[in-house]
Amino acid sequence: MPEPFAAWFAARGWTPRPHQLAVLAEARAGRHALLIAPTGGGKTLAGFLPSLVELAGRPPRRPGEAGARGLHTLYISPLKALAVDVERNLLAPVTQMGLSIAIESRTGDTGVGRRERQRRAPPDILLTTPEQLALFLAWEGARSYFADLRRVVIDEVHALWPSKRGDLLALGLARLSALAPDMTLIGLSATVAEPGLIQDWLSPDPARPVSLVRGAGGAPPVVDLLLSQGRVPWVGHTAHHAMAEVYDAIRQARSALVFVNTRFQAEFAFQELWRLNEDNLPIALHHGSLAAEQRRKVEAAMSRGELRAVVCTSTLDLGVDWGDVDLVIQVATPKGASRMVQRIGRANHRLDEASRALFVPANRFEMLECQAAREAIAESAFDHERPRQGALDVLAQHLMGLTCSEPCDPDALYEEVRNAGPYASLERSGFDAALDLAATGGYALRAYDRFARIVRRSDGRLVARNRETVLRHRLNVGAIVSAAMLAVRVVSAKGGRKIGPQTRGGRKIGEVEEGYLDVLEIGDTFVFAGQTWRLEGVTGTEVLVSPAPGEEARMPSWGGSKFALSTFLAAKVRAMMSDESRWSALPADVAEWLGLQRERSIIPAPDEMLVETFPHGQRHFLVAYPFEGRLAHTTLCMLLTRRLERLRVGPVGFVCNDYALAIWTVRDLANLDMDALFEEDMLGDDLEAWLDESPLMKSAFKACALISGLIERRFAGGEKTSRQVNISTDLIYEVLRRHQSDHLLLRCAREDAAQGMIDIARLADLLCRIRGKIRHQALERLSPFSVSVIAEIGRQASPGQSAASLILEDASAGYDAQRWTQDLIARAVGDERMDIGNAEQSGP
Amino acid sequence: MSLRIRVNGAAAECRASGALWLDGARALIVADLHLEKGSAYAARGQMLPPFDTAETLSRLETEVEALDPTLVVLLGDTLHDAAAEARLAPEARARLACLANRRRLVWVLGNHDAAGPGPLPGEALADLELEGLTFVHEPRPRAAPGEVAGHLHPCAKLKGRTGRLRRRCFVTDGERIILPAFGALTGGLNIRDTAFAGLFSRAPLAGVLHGERVHPVAFAALAAD
Repeated sequence: MPEPFAAWFAARGWTPRPHQLAVLAEARAGRHALLIAPTGGGKTLAGFLPSLVELAGRPPRRPGEAGARGLHTLYISPLKALAVDVERNLLAPVTQMGLSIAIESRTGDTGVGRRERQRRAPPDILLTTPEQLALFLAWEGARSYFADLRRVVIDEVHALWPSKRGDLLALGLARLSALAPDMTLIGLSATVAEPGLIQDWLSPDPARPVSLVRGAGGAPPVVDLLLSQGRVPWVGHTAHHAMAEVYDAIRQARSALVFVNTRFQAEFAFQELWRLNEDNLPIALHHGSLAAEQRRKVEAAMSRGELRAVVCTSTLDLGVDWGDVDLVIQVATPKGASRMVQRIGRANHRLDEASRALFVPANRFEMLECQAAREAIAESAFDHERPRQGALDVLAQHLMGLTCSEPCDPDALYEEVRNAGPYASLERSGFDAALDLAATGGYALRAYDRFARIVRRSDGRLVARNRETVLRHRLNVGAIVSAAMLAVRVVSAKGGRKIGPQTRGGRKIGEVEEGYLDVLEIGDTFVFAGQTWRLEGVTGTEVLVSPAPGEEARMPSWGGSKFALSTFLAAKVRAMMSDESRWSALPADVAEWLGLQRERSIIPAPDEMLVETFPHGQRHFLVAYPFEGRLAHTTLCMLLTRRLERLRVGPVGFVCNDYALAIWTVRDLANLDMDALFEEDMLGDDLEAWLDESPLMKSAFKACALISGLIERRFAGGEKTSRQVNISTDLIYEVLRRHQSDHLLLRCAREDAAQGMIDIARLADLLCRIRGKIRHQALERLSPFSVSVIAEIGRQASPGQSAASLILEDASAGYDAQRWTQDLIARAVGDERMDIGNAEQSGP
Repeated sequence: MSLRIRVNGAAAECRASGALWLDGARALIVADLHLEKGSAYAARGQMLPPFDTAETLSRLETEVEALDPTLVVLLGDTLHDAAAEARLAPEARARLACLANRRRLVWVLGNHDAAGPGPLPGEALADLELEGLTFVHEPRPRAAPGEVAGHLHPCAKLKGRTGRLRRRCFVTDGERIILPAFGALTGGLNIRDTAFAGLFSRAPLAGVLHGERVHPVAFAALAAD
């Protein structure tokens, strides 16, 4: 360790950690490195030490030399807040050592003046996000700006790489390698099962391998399980029964993070904790729908150590260090061991002290899952991931960006793209297809060649058509596509002011997805951001609400957890369930429940799948227990329903949770051949036919169309509302399906839907796993296990095509062809009369 | 399955395709084809599929084959913009010529295609009267009964226990009717929008297109956007 760094460490009584020295050595040798270390291990400093050492060794700038040096180090973080926080943390040692190193952050919030200056006179170290990098690379000055680049540090790389954002970043890194061939990468990651996947992602080039550096593991976390003896519910997701115990745990902690899996659960837990909060502890709320300003306030209060607890969703999975947090509470199950370790790592960022966590299962199956997660954490076992194949819609966006930057040789571009991990095995045909998608929309019918957005110059190089094309591309950079959000704003309802299209709301309290309001009527009260509001009206892009304190309020559900139970954890749950010797670790009532299931039905062996059939009410039920997560189960139900229709047993509906699925039918199911019913060939034509019609495909297509640039999400003059975008993407989807069913965007959408939304890979694994291993029990009545899923009926909508027909049946019920005129008259004289004459006439 | 109604006394059939069929006059009416909308966007840098004209004409041909009309009325905004005619592929021109073969083809002019069909076959009219009905592009407030119009691209939104649905629709109060847009890439305007206020003498009925059916839905059962 050179001076002044050695002295700086010594002055603080610190010794550089072995992994910090190892990263320094790798960087000096010009090798890429991946550092895997738990939180609290001085990981960020390890990432920056090589750059700081190099920069400290440079001769000082002479006066008037400003701007002559290029950017030395680029730091990329998935979170804006992290970039800003790291800037602050890095400035401290730099100032203390008296180093002359310019460090600046650049995010979407950075002002125009500062951005401009950062371009003219680059700092030594720039801290930014993947989207900002993509914008930089679409700029005409990119080549010279990055010519002196020595290093790129990628923080939280484990969270970035397996996503489209990761694809975009990997392409950006490949570009940077082309602009600055000597540049080295340092990836910073939390502990993962297979570091090799991230190493390959960082650099697939065998000539530039990535060295793996592992930090010493910290003290193993202490994870307690809230047993709630005698009170663990059979069903439910809210852990209502345990809130008093959660409150006690908060009271005994210095500061606690209370993680939940959905915003609904966050609002619910927050309400319940405040109901119990006799000591008036400062307990705050943090989730993705709250106004950004509100979230920042909570984060700031947390870093000042002013809060005793924050109830939060995955919005706080990543983020800045809060030294004071000494307890992480997970309400309802973590769904995956890796995510849980991340969350636990948010407590106590000191390596030598154990992090403390408390699991609060919401029902009996969750009790098994939490126990399995505890064991996984104790064994340091993690969920496995699959290698990443880069998405071609992201590639199309990237290629468009590069041709905005400078004229590009297509052959060189192809070689460059294959230097990005997720695109290492990309065929030339895939590259050409993505390029054509960006240029002319990728249509077999060559009608748009004359309108191409990318044109070929006489020297064969590709370049963006014109200035307007460039500007429009820059407005649409990024691979994050979220549902269109409506701002929730407060209006005063005083004076009986009428809410009309011209009404403008006041203070913004948050944002909600468009569909969220469908369950509410004007005048309904609901809980949001920890308070009760009355819905006053909805205008184009705003939801107008007024305060309604003290009123009985509804709490609209945002749906179940977006995380699926991980395969790894599911296998552990199955193993625990079938091994009676391990039941003693569970509360007595849960063990009894398992015993009851064994008595009334069976408990399957770990490699078996239990299927129960029984009559219930007027219907016959089939309940299966694959433990593969809600997504895979939903897909399986859709496919089973089609098959049951063909078998003429009259399927009526289905529900799923993470552990089980239930289908109910008109006719008895007990004599069905279960092996034939779950035969793997269901993943053929049935799957394709269903998927193409499903809303999932349409939303996947919309995301791909936006990312690829086929549809613009922003144009000069404002963002399109999703209604505008929706109309076009659904219609485009239909037209494309009929006329070019192998279009690149349709293929991208099918892949995304199969991977992320319906979990086909997992379903295929399941069907293979249970071949010949189905244990069918024909019962006379429902079993203890089946209660958990049957209880979901009525609380969930069944997805799929039949839903549309159902809505229409509902709406036109009671219609009589001969009487509709009379009906109309009757309605017209009632209060259904249209408000005629008041409204302005306007054409579309 | 179509929805059979009377408009100002004339028997009419709202077809699942979005076309209106008048049995008495053997007339097929379609509104807002917006041919060459895709290429209009492409020219401005948004590469919408170039299949919209072919798709729209296929749908129209299917109806013509099924019904064998003596009169086809294109109820305005048949072409997406003034330059759309010039962008039509030769194949599309030939198909339009076929449509005018052995039957009367009327282009009621709209705001997008006020310049008329140019060299394309058929007669261009500002409006057309037939069997007590008046065919115009843009619906007029307080119009006399019998008006058949397009222009607004009506669509209906329904909320059910299991979700929501937005579909193109016919709107009628029994005296007048507004047709859904027939074009493959044409969006819709919710009939609860203020643009529809003042056009009907009483709460109208929506004929909601869904698959092979037209579902009648009372105005009161519809949701605003």
